[in-house]
Amino acid sequence: MSSTQDTLVRMANQIAANLAHEDDPAAATAEHIRLFWDPRMKTGIKAHGSEGLSPVAAEAVSLLDS
Amino acid sequence: MTYQPQTDFGTPASKAEEQVTLHIDGRAVTVPAGTSVMRAAAEINTSIPKLCATDSVESFGSCRLCLVEIAGRRGTPASCTTPVEADMVVHTQTPQLAKLRKGVMELYISDHPLDCLTCAANGDCELQDQAGAVGLRDVRYPSAATHLGQEKDHSNPYFDFDPSKCIVCSRCVRACDEVQGTLALTVESRGFDSKISAGLASDNFMGSECVSCGACVQACPTATLVEKQVVEIGTPDRSVITTCAYCGVGCTFRAEMRGEQLVRMVPWKDGKANRGHSCVKGRFAWGYAHHAERITTPMVRESIDQPWREVSWEEAFAFTAQKVQAIKAEHGASALGGITSSRCTNEETFLVQKLVRAGFGSNNVDTCARVCHSPTGYGLKTTFGTSAGTQDFDSVEDSDVILVIGANPTDAHPVFASRMKKRLRGKDGREGAKLIVVDPRRTDLVRSPNIEADHHLALKPGTNVAVLTALAHVIVTEGLADEAFIRERCDWDEYQHWAEFVSLPTNSPETLQAVTQVPAETVRAAARTYATGGNAAIYYGLGVTEHSQGSSTVMAIANLVMVTGNIGRRGVGVNPLRGQNNVQGACDMGSFPHELSGYRHISDADTRALFEADWGVSLDSEPGLRIPNMLDAAVDGSFKVLYVQGEDILQSDPNTHHVAAGLAAMDCVIVHDLFLNETANYAHVFLPGSTFLEKDGTFTNAERRIQLVRKVMTPVNGPDGQGMEDWQVTQALANALGLGWDYSHPSEIMDEIARLTPSFAGVNFERLDKEGSLQWPINDAAPDGSPIMHVDGFVRGKGKFVVTDYVPTDEKTGPRFPLLLTTGRILSQYNVGAQTRRTANSEWHGEDVLEIHPVDAEDRGLKSGDWVKLASRAGETSLRALVTDRVAPGVVYTTFHHPDTQANVVTTDYSDWATNCPEYKVTAVQISASNGPTDWQQEYEAQAEASRRILNVEAAE
Repeated sequence: MSSTQDTLVRMANQIAANLAHEDDPAAATAEHIRLFWDPRMKTGIKAHGSEGLSPVAAEAVSLLDS
Repeated sequence: MTYQPQTDFGTPASKAEEQVTLHIDGRAVTVPAGTSVMRAAAEINTSIPKLCATDSVESFGSCRLCLVEIAGRRGTPASCTTPVEADMVVHTQTPQLAKLRKGVMELYISDHPLDCLTCAANGDCELQDQAGAVGLRDVRYPSAATHLGQEKDHSNPYFDFDPSKCIVCSRCVRACDEVQGTLALTVESRGFDSKISAGLASDNFMGSECVSCGACVQACPTATLVEKQVVEIGTPDRSVITTCAYCGVGCTFRAEMRGEQLVRMVPWKDGKANRGHSCVKGRFAWGYAHHAERITTPMVRESIDQPWREVSWEEAFAFTAQKVQAIKAEHGASALGGITSSRCTNEETFLVQKLVRAGFGSNNVDTCARVCHSPTGYGLKTTFGTSAGTQDFDSVEDSDVILVIGANPTDAHPVFASRMKKRLRGKDGREGAKLIVVDPRRTDLVRSPNIEADHHLALKPGTNVAVLTALAHVIVTEGLADEAFIRERCDWDEYQHWAEFVSLPTNSPETLQAVTQVPAETVRAAARTYATGGNAAIYYGLGVTEHSQGSSTVMAIANLVMVTGNIGRRGVGVNPLRGQNNVQGACDMGSFPHELSGYRHISDADTRALFEADWGVSLDSEPGLRIPNMLDAAVDGSFKVLYVQGEDILQSDPNTHHVAAGLAAMDCVIVHDLFLNETANYAHVFLPGSTFLEKDGTFTNAERRIQLVRKVMTPVNGPDGQGMEDWQVTQALANALGLGWDYSHPSEIMDEIARLTPSFAGVNFERLDKEGSLQWPINDAAPDGSPIMHVDGFVRGKGKFVVTDYVPTDEKTGPRFPLLLTTGRILSQYNVGAQTRRTANSEWHGEDVLEIHPVDAEDRGLKSGDWVKLASRAGETSLRALVTDRVAPGVVYTTFHHPDTQANVVTTDYSDWATNCPEYKVTAVQISASNGPTDWQQEYEAQAEASRRILNVEAAE
């Protein structure tokens, strides 16, 4: 239906949207990705850049350790 | 030894605390107040003759056989309807009683055929026993023939109804009313002419409302209602207590055997999950265990376009190990993974995840809970601190308000539904519990005999969070919050933040009505009932979890529980109705890629060190892939090996095309199952599995109750006596990979689980055998287990209120796909139907049908029975329509039990934001008239048939 990259972008945006009411939504989003994503998914979203990502999701991705 | 049924105490146990001592035939007995004289006598092994009494139903006092004499009382009262009193002196056998009983028996027998020797109940007939007990030697009356010579009703596939043998004790009618709550049976006519009838006189059992739960068969004292298996085989000669392998209720049964042949499954009265009740699946639908399509020989093939080649176990393991090791050498451990089964035992599940983590060397292990209750784990862990329901099933007896959301228990959890319905009906002047149903469909609970929901919130699919927030809005803004509880037990700042959010005018039922389609007044009334009606309990199912906001919905439920203080005692709490028999256990056992057993994150170094020391390996600290991620990675080429135990992901997981593409891209798919399921079409190795009847182990049900599964027959997946239980197969595979495991019994695996998992510290087989069951946590803090959780405080400390903002799903209706499809289950079939489709249960449900509202049907010129094409953005299939107003306009509904329908061809790969649990419950679709199966269905069938070819031995040489 869609490529893995698109799926990762959609998932990151979904997480960010659902954590929008946290004190620090970007940090919470990054933490969620850290806890539940496999390394190749983390690498994939980092390599993707910010295209299609919501501002909070993009910030979260930038917070992931490189 | 002759057959011994479970002891029948004649009347139900009393729950009174006060104890009463009386004398029966000169012996003192102490029983709870409210106990009948009959039951008190049974407690000291005095069996007062009886026919109309049985301990599954209330006493009735009609047969006049159980008469006794009581000192100081006139006459001969019926012992079943006479409650004990202090210092009562009872005589159960006197010349007068003997004479009266003989007279009664004589009348019964005058209207009963005397074919005892060839009767199916011979040796297991209470009428026969009682005739013997009262010393009946001759019958003076001419045969009354009121009931003799009637035609048998063979219509039910599992039991016969022979009205000629009926003594009209009405035990079956009362069991149907009181135990099952379907009220399908009735007594027609009066006096000597009374006859039992299923539904109308024109109905037979199959055509009636009967749901084939077996309660009437169990209650029948004669051969009137008898299992066809008993008719065919005869009475069993031994019994073994074991646990059902269908749903998450976890009913325990007596597997009644003759040799290694299973004669019948009879619900075990001492089972704490089912309390002696059963459903059509657990009681009757186990014939799949010996179905002709069962695969009993290991098979391998180099590529999936080849036919299967039957091989020895040794060759199968060597073939697999060689492939796995070669792929690991080339692509690394991260290309390897496995899926544990929620159908298998805790011990088997634990071994599969151990094989993946310690043997494959990756954390790419997941379980079918991914696609059902993973949001329950996430949501309840976040808010309460533990990934499980908070109550036992008995708790429902103390509920005053029951809120059911996204669950259809009468179909999916029927045995618990019967207990819920019992509480909803009320009893002995105690008013029934109030019922709130939140569901897009008018499920049976909304309205069925003697049950009617006080509030039905028929929401638009996908708007659970909005409805729950609106309920919270009413509770907070109308001052119904239990602030004393919240201050003591929850984080007050977080509560205030949350309360402020839900109080916003944008979260009022009036505003959200536009989104949810539920009238604001209905939401307000339901909120008031929930918050002020006394003990309120929430029961939910996959209609909560299988959404893009599944985890948020679980947390919104937890918020409602906390804001009203409905936690930590009987009658309240959060009750996820688990889908599969061991989905709770599979989650507990560390089947998720991010956590080890007991829900401890893989990044926690201390936990990892514990396992590393025990297993002698080092573990990866990063989470692995979840099932949908595995499929994505496979398509991308970075995931190559998948070991699937007892799950059919091709049929059960969403977006079939994508699953098929993922499986096709893998180099080594190992399917370990009973049948060549749909996933096996893409497999390279097939390891034949064993049924729950062929293995030892434990299952954990929705109440966190751990119960033993006991082997009653030798596994058939090997030459005589060499069949292997599933844990043995996993162990052999692990050893082919050089792991050197040497478990000789599942109890040793449980010992390892207990050693490594604090919440299971006190669990072992010996104790389970002795105590029947244990509810985790069982450890120093809770040595006897934990029927109710969070009693004095939440496991995480303070309860956490989480703001759950409604985020609409990306799956939207539009001009091309104007309808919303939601999916579910039906009583007689189970999930992908691998088992139930291979039983006579298919007589109730032979194909999936599409429920559609009359308005939507008329717009498209469709009527019931027409073939319709069901299309979504993901794919299309076809099935027959059923026009019904159970669904709202704009909503269509189907089940997913049949592979030829493949409802999941149309479901999308949208998923829960937190857990990737698929959004099965919301798919935008269009439907149109069709001539029959789609091209895709026909191609699929051809491909499936080709991939199931097995070389015959000659050809292989």
